[in-house]
Amino acid sequence: MSSVTGVSAVDELPDGDHPVGGLTSTGRVGDRLFGGAAQGAGLLVIALVTLIGVFLVAQAVPALAKDQASFLTSRDWSPGGDAPRFGIVELLWTTVSASVIAMVIAVPVGVAVALFITQYAPAWLKRPAASLVDLLAAVPSIVYGLWGALTFRAVVKPVEDGLQTAFGWFPLFSRTGISGGTIFFIGIVLFIMVLPIVTALSREVFDHTPTTHKEGALALGATKWEMIRTTVLPFGRPGVISAAMLALGRALGETIAVTFLVSTLAPGSPWTFSLFNGGETFASRIANNAAEFDSPQKTGAYIAAGLVLFLLTFVVNAIARVVIERRKAFTE
Amino acid sequence: MSSSAETAETAGTAVRPAAAVAAGNRRPATGDGLDLGQQSAARRIKDVVAQVVMWLSFGVAIVPLVWILYTVVSKGAGLLATSGWWTKSQRNINSDDVGGGAVHAIQGTLLQAGMTALIAVPIGIFTAIYLVEYGRGRIARVTSFMVDILTGVPSIVAALFVYSVWVTVFGFGRVGFAVSLALVLLMVPVVVRSTEEMLKLVPNELREASLALGVPQWKTITSVVLPTAFSGIITGVLLGLARIMGETAPLLILGPYTKSIATNLFSGNMPTLPTMINQDRTELGIAPAVERMWATALTLILLVLLLNILGRVVSRFGSVSR
Amino acid sequence: MGKRIDVKDLNVYYGDFKAVEGVTMTVEPRTVTAFIGPSGCGKSTFLRTLNRMHEVIPGGRVEGSVRLDDQDLYAKSVDPVAVRRSVGMVFQRPNPFPTMSIFDNVVAGLRLNGVKGRKELDQAAETSLKGANLWNEVKDRLKKPGAGLSGGQQQRLCIARAIAVRPQVLLMDEPCSALDPISTLAIEDLVNELKNEFTIVIVTHNMQQAARVSDRTAFFNLAATGKPGKLVEIDDTTKIFNNPTERATEDYISGRFG
Repeated sequence: MSSVTGVSAVDELPDGDHPVGGLTSTGRVGDRLFGGAAQGAGLLVIALVTLIGVFLVAQAVPALAKDQASFLTSRDWSPGGDAPRFGIVELLWTTVSASVIAMVIAVPVGVAVALFITQYAPAWLKRPAASLVDLLAAVPSIVYGLWGALTFRAVVKPVEDGLQTAFGWFPLFSRTGISGGTIFFIGIVLFIMVLPIVTALSREVFDHTPTTHKEGALALGATKWEMIRTTVLPFGRPGVISAAMLALGRALGETIAVTFLVSTLAPGSPWTFSLFNGGETFASRIANNAAEFDSPQKTGAYIAAGLVLFLLTFVVNAIARVVIERRKAFTE
Repeated sequence: MSSSAETAETAGTAVRPAAAVAAGNRRPATGDGLDLGQQSAARRIKDVVAQVVMWLSFGVAIVPLVWILYTVVSKGAGLLATSGWWTKSQRNINSDDVGGGAVHAIQGTLLQAGMTALIAVPIGIFTAIYLVEYGRGRIARVTSFMVDILTGVPSIVAALFVYSVWVTVFGFGRVGFAVSLALVLLMVPVVVRSTEEMLKLVPNELREASLALGVPQWKTITSVVLPTAFSGIITGVLLGLARIMGETAPLLILGPYTKSIATNLFSGNMPTLPTMINQDRTELGIAPAVERMWATALTLILLVLLLNILGRVVSRFGSVSR
Repeated sequence: MGKRIDVKDLNVYYGDFKAVEGVTMTVEPRTVTAFIGPSGCGKSTFLRTLNRMHEVIPGGRVEGSVRLDDQDLYAKSVDPVAVRRSVGMVFQRPNPFPTMSIFDNVVAGLRLNGVKGRKELDQAAETSLKGANLWNEVKDRLKKPGAGLSGGQQQRLCIARAIAVRPQVLLMDEPCSALDPISTLAIEDLVNELKNEFTIVIVTHNMQQAARVSDRTAFFNLAATGKPGKLVEIDDTTKIFNNPTERATEDYISGRFG
């Protein structure tokens, strides 16, 4: 398991190899109490997760019922008053596109860094290099927000201007007047934040490539890169896919860094697919309006948005786990 | 054996056309021609390019890290060097004032983290004990699955959940304890997974030896298994703490800021390092406020780094390591 | 096809640790030579210097010379990758690439070396699989994963993969120690046929196997614990097993140690 992702790409013990003992072994009071406490903790966890879903749905539904606009396709957001209108399509677009940008850059770079650490780095550099990259994960998100807004923005802006000038004809790159945080910029900052996740998990799978397969490739006269291409990468593919999903999930849910950087769009701005547009994500809109949670109806609208985010991350994380579980079933 | 002789013969005759093809194309594809010095230039180049790309990407990963750390340190160290930073709060200090310190925020962060750990650590450890030492069958599998889901829940969703229960349903206020509850949801899965891993590393022979002496299972766990895995569990807890100290979303929903020292987790606002930074989020043009933000960021990073290093040191000196 | 190997005064080091010292031997073309000796005596280590696989471990290096016919494998201009094309290796535990089909496994070496033509690859696969006595068993399931075969079949698949690139020499590092007796016999028969085309060197723990399969046998031993391994004696197999020159060889053959 890596401490950065909390996920293990490789199972240490084969299935069924459980330590000895069990709930039925003795009837002692101590065992009953202790075992009961342990089981209780497990049940508590199940209850908590279930309750999260239940409570969110319960408080979102009344607000959704009163929503005059179509929740999934409207761009309006005025959840207060007697005739609330709120829809999440803008939030969906911004959140997903920024996160996808982050993932699309983070996966190749992260895999390359993981290959570097496991296959190319000299022995003395391996541990320090891994620790350094993990350190990226230790930096609190709010610091990323601060640095992004005050330092990094100035560097990325000329790049954006250049891209808009050169490729403005392409819908994704068309000009907007936004000078604050764009989807593109947020995506780049998110990339830096999720990079250690991809690297940590990929490192783990690459490290577990059986030596005999690597030697088999080398013995056939493969160069180092060819050996990696034919043995390490295919072996590690489920782990990399899982890492990509976890990175995506993390990016989707990131709150404060995005909140620092986001450029809110004025209501009624024209719709554009440009990546240089502003806009809020689910998390940033909820966070920005936390002071408005004064009526159950308004709160309900934000909770509905939070529910969508929960479902998004749930699906993405579930994919990640399924991919890893299937690989475990095939491990020799 | 005649059949194998036949095979050898057909193999022998079939071999020559393939070898001839290869030799005829003069490609060093096989070992026939012993041109040990040559190798297809394209393959060589690809190999070298791959190596360069790997080194470069490592650089790409390191650049932002170094840049961020350098920026935070260079812009924030100044205030951290003053004694006032560590002893005063922000009481009566406005955004464009200079002065004051961060002691209120540091206290708040530590208090909330402490309360979080108080709740999350027992739950996490017992859940891990359940999964490793007791659980077989459906409930254990479902629990494990739920822990996985909990790992992926965004902090803002956890905060909304706590809000919907604590504030909307129960009518309590937005206090430090509510923040801790949300942080508990984020810390439990970290503690569970790291404790689980540590427990799995304890050799089974130890358990068997204890049980064979007639020691009941629960006592085996508490006096043999847990102590052996202890340092690893501590590491997991420290890393979990480091993670939640930087979480801001729950603070935004449940923990409004105040400039003065406040130590009551159950009533009133409580300041923390992240909310102290967030407080001036809209004042990015005011120099003293900006300097304070950098300094607070540096304080937070130092705290998190300290926990990280402590965690790794503890695991290095432990009795069971990864 | 099938070249001669000349080794002269070879010392093998890992870093500063000398693992094997002073090996001098000649392996005649298209013969089978067996390396025997107790565990840890350096026979596998020495075997790996013949295709420069010891260099994969950091710090692995040699002093002395290894020549294939007249070509020095360790000359400055020589690329280890090229050496491994000419000196193939089969490992102790069968290691077909798990993510590849049987067909892809067999032609893996050819593909790496740039052979792309479908017909060429098909031909080579059939030839190599026939040469490894595996063709009849797999010809209808070439697209199935390589890992789905039995242990003995997997090892023959690895042999097919190794010979597909037409090496001069085939090194086999205890190829049967993970297999059942019937598969072992099949592989020994195979070695007997392969020696018509390749020079074969086989490391084995099983003295009866060495006696059955090889033309010449080399006995390796440790001078003492902690000391480097040495080549004690190399001679025709019949001589080694009936009438060895060295006392240590006789002791090992008759089971007094090892």
